[in-house]
Amino acid sequence: MIEVKDLYFTYPNGVEALKGVSLTINDGKFVAIMGQNGAGKTTLVKHFNGLLKPTRGEVLVDGVSTKRASVAQLARKVGFVFQNPDHQLFCETVQEEITFALRNFGFKETTIKRRVTWALNLLGLTQYRQTSPFMLSGGERKRVALASVLAWNPEVVILDEPTIGQDYQQKETLRQFIVQLNAQGKTVVVVTHDVEFVAECGPRVVLMLQGRILAEGKAEEVLTDPSLVAQASIVPPQITQTFLGLTDLGLPTNVINVHDASRILLNILEVTQ
Amino acid sequence: MAIIEAKGLAYAYPGRTNHSIKDLSMTIERGEFVILTGPSGCGKTTLCRCFNGLIPHFYGGKLEGDLTVAGLNVPGHSINELASRVGLVFQNPENQLFALSVEKDVAFGLENLGMPREEIRKRVDWALKTTGIEDLRERAPHELSGGQQQRVAIACVLAMQPDVMVLDEPTSFLDPLGAQRIFEVINGLNKKLGITVILVEHRLDLASRYADHVIIMDKGKIILDGEPRKIFDSEEARLIGVGIPKVTRLYQFLKEQGVLLGKVPVASEEASQLLREVLVRDRG
Repeated sequence: MIEVKDLYFTYPNGVEALKGVSLTINDGKFVAIMGQNGAGKTTLVKHFNGLLKPTRGEVLVDGVSTKRASVAQLARKVGFVFQNPDHQLFCETVQEEITFALRNFGFKETTIKRRVTWALNLLGLTQYRQTSPFMLSGGERKRVALASVLAWNPEVVILDEPTIGQDYQQKETLRQFIVQLNAQGKTVVVVTHDVEFVAECGPRVVLMLQGRILAEGKAEEVLTDPSLVAQASIVPPQITQTFLGLTDLGLPTNVINVHDASRILLNILEVTQ
Repeated sequence: MAIIEAKGLAYAYPGRTNHSIKDLSMTIERGEFVILTGPSGCGKTTLCRCFNGLIPHFYGGKLEGDLTVAGLNVPGHSINELASRVGLVFQNPENQLFALSVEKDVAFGLENLGMPREEIRKRVDWALKTTGIEDLRERAPHELSGGQQQRVAIACVLAMQPDVMVLDEPTSFLDPLGAQRIFEVINGLNKKLGITVILVEHRLDLASRYADHVIIMDKGKIILDGEPRKIFDSEEARLIGVGIPKVTRLYQFLKEQGVLLGKVPVASEEASQLLREVLVRDRG
């Protein structure tokens, strides 16, 4: 469980990025943190594994304050996948990249071998075992970064802007993967402003604005409030906008994805399958 | 009238054996708003680099086939000559901006063309105004937000008054509202000034409403080329995994169940209108 209590954070250059954030993320939850560029989303999640320490207030991971734990201790529980894989990858082969953290955490060699093979297989990277990460495409490098984190089986997985630069097919693969992780009981936190992606995933949504939390709730509640999302520099999903144009006909206002939309419409039109 | 015409175009980067684009033919008419899309690595960016001569003049290698842009045969003209006709806005504005003030950045291309001072001043004022960033004139580009930088990058290219603007995923780092504003600026340039726009984009939900021509590439080739509604509704577009607009998907789901809307929607307002017709008819 991650508990954020009245968190303030000021960068060394004086920019106050977080101004009193309180938030609880229970085990096994799937949360999307959304908001405009510069709202403090990445700054907030960097507190979850201790990369940043609170200027004021505190962050507890399973009851332990991040001020009293090292990044190494926290990282075992909370895996962080960076927005830009190039900020994370540095080894000469994909296999070494995934091995690195496992060795640092002191896993036995036999376990390391097993875990590396498992992670490579999971993300469809087996063929690149001996390839340099820097020879791979952007989408593949993102998968290597994710594999290297999942290999040590953290309880919480944080993904910072996982959909940037990914085409539709890659996003769809990622979506299925996240849903699967979450179904296995992992806590998943995604930082994103990709509204359509969130609409397809249906997580809990935390909207941020200028270092504060503006709203929190189910995706179909938060993303369907046009004035709320506009404050966070987001536009409602295309399906929501379509339905909001039909409220006078009694259509629901809380529809975010195309599957629900077609089901509702077919029901109204009494089309039997 | 065609402003871009490619016939049997093929190109491999130096040192590579496989072609990044191959056997590529297409025509873009003057004044069109074109969306160019396709899976990662399909050759979109490579094709964009051909339009203003970065390929072959900067990247090297041999560009095979014929490519004419704004009446100029690309291999036969320098980047300098092509740059005043075709402006390229990069995915990451930081790769493009370097001056100490926005004004200087926007003026740079014009100074390079050796344009008279008064004309430069006029063009810079106009480009800043058209992109809505007059108030940023004295600011340092590297201190601006992603959305502001993106507008500066567009203003730099706009100041050259090109016939064609090529924008390679210009909003991928922006939040949705920021992206929508950029698309509206681009649309204004297209509709009011008649600039031909080629927009490389994955976010089709936001961008499709502005387009009158869609080109989809895969593995270095053009596989679909035509009117947006027709393309998005095609079986091929779905199979190749292009992120067609959600309202177009909704149209398809309804059609599978026997509910036919008046036409294929790409934007939410028209989807509302088309659904309204069906719902009202059902009640009547």
